[in-house]
Amino acid sequence: MATDILFYVFAIATLLFGALVVANPFSRNPVTSAMFLVLTIVSMAGLFVLLHAFFLAAVQVVVYAGAVMVLFLFVIMLLDLKEEERRKIKKTGFITGLVAVAAIVGVFIRSLLATRPGQDLTGTAVGDTASLGRLLFTNYLLPFEIVSILLLVAMVGVILLSKKDLK
Amino acid sequence: MNVGLEHYLIVSALLFALGLLGVITRRNLIVIYMSLELMLNSANLALVSFSRFNDNLNGQVMVFFIITVAAAEVAVGLALIVALYRKRQTAHVEDLTSMKY
Repeated sequence: MATDILFYVFAIATLLFGALVVANPFSRNPVTSAMFLVLTIVSMAGLFVLLHAFFLAAVQVVVYAGAVMVLFLFVIMLLDLKEEERRKIKKTGFITGLVAVAAIVGVFIRSLLATRPGQDLTGTAVGDTASLGRLLFTNYLLPFEIVSILLLVAMVGVILLSKKDLK
Repeated sequence: MNVGLEHYLIVSALLFALGLLGVITRRNLIVIYMSLELMLNSANLALVSFSRFNDNLNGQVMVFFIITVAAAEVAVGLALIVALYRKRQTAHVEDLTSMKY
């Protein structure tokens, strides 16, 4: 089926670009990491479309690949990070990190194996703008308003933090 | 083999592991923040696939809130990094050890 092939394409793209964000063998420049994070986000939006979450796919591209990545690139531009490329990763830290990650993956895989495999995704709910908006303004009205206050607080905090003389 | 729920969950788990690996092993504050974004996104993928599996939209509304909170978190975190850089001239975690006992 076409959707199955598309799933494998997008899943492999997501994981490959995600790996390149974390450990790029050719470049340790933060800008390349940021660019690969954009590609990860876009291929993940493809997975969202396959799951019939059309509104979230659009929001994912607009908010992450648009707003958040522009913020990241501005900060990378502001801080002159050329010097970071020269440093080496410590061996012990890398090995302990690998052990911790392997343990987490082991827990995930075990819990996945404990479930009943082969469950199909046969839902009919479609996450388009109308149905999500209806849900946001009825069942989730209070969290929606609280999140707007959270955004205001974050904005005020950022302005305060970036003032010249931080007390 | 048909693509089912567990395929999406495996992708989500692997992406979370990649993000965790980045947070633990990388030493650049900006790249650590990008790895945090990867972990948040893997949670989003799991929530969307569960939402499709359970045939309702509550998981997708939760992902909407997570994206909002992540945007606010990135803005505040990057402002903190910039403020820290002004004081210390570094964005490298091994140079920021003044709170270490």
